[in-house]
Amino acid sequence: MYYIALKMLIGDKGKYIGIVMGLTFASLIMTQQPAIFLGLMTRSYSFITDVGLPDIWVMDPKVQFVDDIKPLQDTELYRVRGISGVEWAMPMYKGLLKARLTDGTFQTCIVVGLDDATLTGGPPVMLEGKIDDLRRSDGVIVDIDGARDKLGKPSPVPGGKPIPLKVGDVLELNDLRAIVVGIAKVTRTFQSQPVVYTTYSRAKSYAPKERKLLSFVLVKAKQGQNLVELTRRIRETTGLAAYTQAEFKTLTFEYFMHNTGIPINFGISVLLGFIVGAAIAGQTFYNFTLENLRQFGVLKAMGTSNWTLLRMILLQAVLVGSIGYGLGVGLTALFGYAMRNTILAFKFPWQLLLFSGAGVSLICVFAAIISILKVIRLEPAIVFKG
Amino acid sequence: MDLAVRCQNVVKVYDTGEQKVTALNGINLDIAVGELMMLVGPSGCGKTTLISVMAGILDQDDGSCEVFGENLIDMRSRDKLNFRAHNIGFVFQAFNLLPSLNAAENVSVPLIINGMKRVEAERKATSVLEQVGLGERATSLPSQLSGGQQQRVAIARALVHSPRLIVCDEPTSALDHETGHNVMTLLKDVALHKDRTLVIVTHDARIFDFADRIAEMDDGHIIKVKGAR
Repeated sequence: MYYIALKMLIGDKGKYIGIVMGLTFASLIMTQQPAIFLGLMTRSYSFITDVGLPDIWVMDPKVQFVDDIKPLQDTELYRVRGISGVEWAMPMYKGLLKARLTDGTFQTCIVVGLDDATLTGGPPVMLEGKIDDLRRSDGVIVDIDGARDKLGKPSPVPGGKPIPLKVGDVLELNDLRAIVVGIAKVTRTFQSQPVVYTTYSRAKSYAPKERKLLSFVLVKAKQGQNLVELTRRIRETTGLAAYTQAEFKTLTFEYFMHNTGIPINFGISVLLGFIVGAAIAGQTFYNFTLENLRQFGVLKAMGTSNWTLLRMILLQAVLVGSIGYGLGVGLTALFGYAMRNTILAFKFPWQLLLFSGAGVSLICVFAAIISILKVIRLEPAIVFKG
Repeated sequence: MDLAVRCQNVVKVYDTGEQKVTALNGINLDIAVGELMMLVGPSGCGKTTLISVMAGILDQDDGSCEVFGENLIDMRSRDKLNFRAHNIGFVFQAFNLLPSLNAAENVSVPLIINGMKRVEAERKATSVLEQVGLGERATSLPSQLSGGQQQRVAIARALVHSPRLIVCDEPTSALDHETGHNVMTLLKDVALHKDRTLVIVTHDARIFDFADRIAEMDDGHIIKVKGAR
């Protein structure tokens, strides 16, 4: 009877494709929009991810997220270094500075100052040059996306693409010379601003003069240290905020979740997609069963049990669900692949596969249940009605 | 004389909510094994309801309807399904073939319902299609067949599992005179034999001659039975 169920489903190609397309659309919209949302939210803490090495970030207690810089006095670095359980502690400057480009225009950049001696917290991937080149006079490392686009030199052709910045080119940061000594690959930031790495002391010279310029103290815990315990000790000893890397990511993530309209906008978009997808797919599948009601009636009259008919409908639902889900998720993956080198944020973790899988299953089960109820209630005598 | 069907005081009332319609109002009818019985009468007189009760796809509200000695209304649902699957064949006015199955697959459906493997069922279905003159169209879809051919496929489907009772609802009304005549000849020659009974509901006076007996119905009653048993 499964063979008959499959033939009934696939036999009417128009309706079959309609159901599969409905489910494909539902799966696509249930994965693509959340993937963009996740990608965007991941960017909110991409800087923390890129820095990677330190276990604990120490900062002003009023800091709400990674870009909310409230500088500390340099002496805080030494206080943190003095706490037991700290293997090392390094300073980091992070701030927004205006870079003057060769055509005289200005571009705001994220300037990151790394500890002069160790260069801790540098870019994750160097594409050109070495991180040690930062020790050269006026040396800065620029991220590839910034170098290609916002920091690029103007195109000689009006409306043309900018000429990418390359090693040896010169920028001006706060009227001071900065020579590009390397190009790095970093994860895009939430605002997609160019990232410029330099040493801590040089960053301080680029930054407008302030009494406090230390943005973060990056801490590595001694082997075997309990990080939660160490963060508590740092907080109690210094009065500063101390977060593990994961905690700092969560803090940043939650700030964006609670203080921007992004989650609500995306949530509405995902919900609408789910409803539209569910309505299309569910309705099409239900209509398919309704239109086949007479055929189910014939099978019932001939002696097919409700249980067998139920399994036939479930098989049809599972088949169209699986194909639609596979196509939808495949299209989302293809979309993500096609957009991998663009400004678009995209993250497609396995949890999203589960979420969308559950969503599509829900649609199919719902549509199947309604269809099954209709078939179970069906009087086989319908077969004699004209 | 063995009886295929014995209806005694069968009553069926349709309750539509707003009104009650008595479709069968105390039907008494015996149909012998091997007999071709036609039920005739105006639209709405209860013919289709009566064959639905005889075929076990509709329960009467009162009275008894024994088919081969079994009172269908007393059967459990599963037993009734089994009874139908083994003993009843159906031929419909609108053929009711599954449009996405080819002729052989359509004919094999009752065998598959009865638990036969698909390949074996289709082999047997093809041989029955040959009996009805459609051996060469076994792989054709219903949409590729004429009305008469589709009805012959439906007859093959009704015959394939060797049921003891075949109920036909207006089997010729969708066909032209010649095709209808051919279908009736086929039913009489191939479907009917001493162990198998045919009950045919029809309006079509041109096929009355094929009947052993004709029960004339009106307003839920059998008003006359013509022909000798």
